Formats: sequence, C-alpha cells, structure tokens
Amino acid sequence: MSHLLPWLTGLLCFTMLVAAIVAIRDKSMPVAILAAGLVSLVASILFLILASPDVAMTEAAIGSGLTTFLLFFVLGRLRAGEHDGEQP
Amino acid sequence: MIKRFIAVVLLAAFAAVFATLLFGYTPDTELNLTARYYAERTAADLGAANIVTAIVVTYRGLDTLGEVTVLFLAASIVGLVLAQDTHKTPRARVPVGELLTTGTRFLVPLILLLGVYVFVNGHLTPGGGFQGGAIIASGILLTLLADPLKHFGHGLISAIESVAGIFYVAIGLAGLLLAGGFLDNRILPLGNVGELFSAGAIPVIYSLIGLKVGAEFASILASLSDTEEL
Repeated sequence: MSHLLPWLTGLLCFTMLVAAIVAIRDKSMPVAILAAGLVSLVASILFLILASPDVAMTEAAIGSGLTTFLLFFVLGRLRAGEHDGEQP
Repeated sequence: MIKRFIAVVLLAAFAAVFATLLFGYTPDTELNLTARYYAERTAADLGAANIVTAIVVTYRGLDTLGEVTVLFLAASIVGLVLAQDTHKTPRARVPVGELLTTGTRFLVPLILLLGVYVFVNGHLTPGGGFQGGAIIASGILLTLLADPLKHFGHGLISAIESVAGIFYVAIGLAGLLLAGGFLDNRILPLGNVGELFSAGAIPVIYSLIGLKVGAEFASILASLSDTEEL
C-alpha cells in the first residue's frame, strides 16, 4: 500500500488540476460548479491521506457539500430572474 | 498582454515559493513538545478519544467560543442587510425536476441524521460541531433547492441558536465554578474512553456547537432565500 501512495497522490493532484481547469474554462455553468465541487472533494481525500480526517470532513462538508449546493441555489435564482424577465 | 505577463510572473513566483517549501521539507521523526503533551495526556486528563476534539473544545475552548461568535456576527449582519426587503411578492414558480424532488425527500432525513451523528460522536470519531452543523445546513439548503418558495421560520432558527449559545456559555461558567476553569469538561464524570457518554461535558458542548452552527448557516440561507432581487 505504502509504495502505491505517491502514485495515488499524484493521480489525485492531476485530477484536481484538470477539474480546476474545467471549472474555469467550461462554458456550461452546472458543469463548472460540479468541477469546482470535485476540486474540494479531491482536496478532502488528500487531507485524509495526510492523516487529518477532521480537516478532511470540514473540507468535504463545507467545500464540496455546502458550497456546491449554494452555487446551484444561486444559479436557480439567476434562472428564475431570467424567467421573470421573459414575462413582464 | 501586460496583465497576462504579470499573472504568469506571479504564478511562477508562487511555484518557486511552494517548490522551496516542498523540497526543504523533512518530516519530524517524533512529536514535538506540545504535540507529545496532547497525545499523552488527553485520554487520561479529559477522557476524549479524539485529540483534535479535546483541543478544540477544552484546551482551546475559548478560541472556539470566539469562532462561534464570529459566525454568529456574520449571520446577524447577513440577516440585517437582507432584512430590508422582505415584502412578499409571489415569485414565478420555476418548475423543479421530479428527480430533485423525490431525491430530496429521500436524502434530507439521512443528511440530517448524519449531521447529528457527526456532532454527537465528536469526541470519538473525526468531525464535530462545525462539520455536523455544516452537514445539517446543507440538508436544509437541499430542501430550499427542491422547493424555492419554502419559507423557514426565522423565529425557530434564532430560538435554537440563542438557546444553544446561552447553554454553551453557561457550561463554560459551570466549569469555572465546579472544575478547573472556563469550559473545563470535568464538570460531568469522565467515564471510559471510547464510550458515547464519556469525556465529561465535551459531547454536550459539541452538540450545542453543532446546533448553533447549523442554525447560523440555516439563518443565512433562509435570509438569502427570502430576499427579493437586490
């Protein structure tokens, strides 16, 4: 297990980078929000590998849970606003 | 062009700083003085299996009270700023998908249960009041996602929040009177390490923190949800 750990960590870091680039570059807003949540999720796995489960739980609960939900909520409000604009 | 150049230079500088940190890093072979004290004395002194929780709730309990206060101030200010405009003009109902509605009905009880589990077991397993509170708040946010017109009672939320805060400070003062100092957990019997009812007042304090943090996040979300366009 321990000789696999550097490779796993490298893979996770690579995933994080790709997800971050997708979050910035992608044209579709839901995909970008999900990618930003994925960055936090992978970060929490990295915290777990670094033997800090408490920080990992905080990151998973706030970074990837609450923030993603909040961004979707705001996205829903923005779309509702557009909807209102169409029917004056 | 110049903007992009400056951004690249800044990124390179960051990379240099982090590379220096990374290559100059050698892991300690043994715990340093403070860490060793906590690692050796926590179970014997406070009866908590999770050392991080013992530090957050008891050894550095006053800092945690400060953190909760900061969160409370943030929630109050959000409520104050957004309270200006709460007249009820019915918003156009945006159709929400069947998948979200059914999934929410199934998931929200489980999410709330997980949140309660996390903060009640804060002294045994990783996590605690802040994590559990955030999980509860994300459950509440999910119900808001599924039904944007749902209205949460601000009275109930602020009642939970205030009662939890008052009891938190009261337990701290009880520690001052009955045990070694402010927020000392030894006002209740310590019990056996690893059991649910152990570690003195730590589970009580962390449950109160969990309720308080959950209520504070929920009040922020409810204010955001109630407000009309700014």
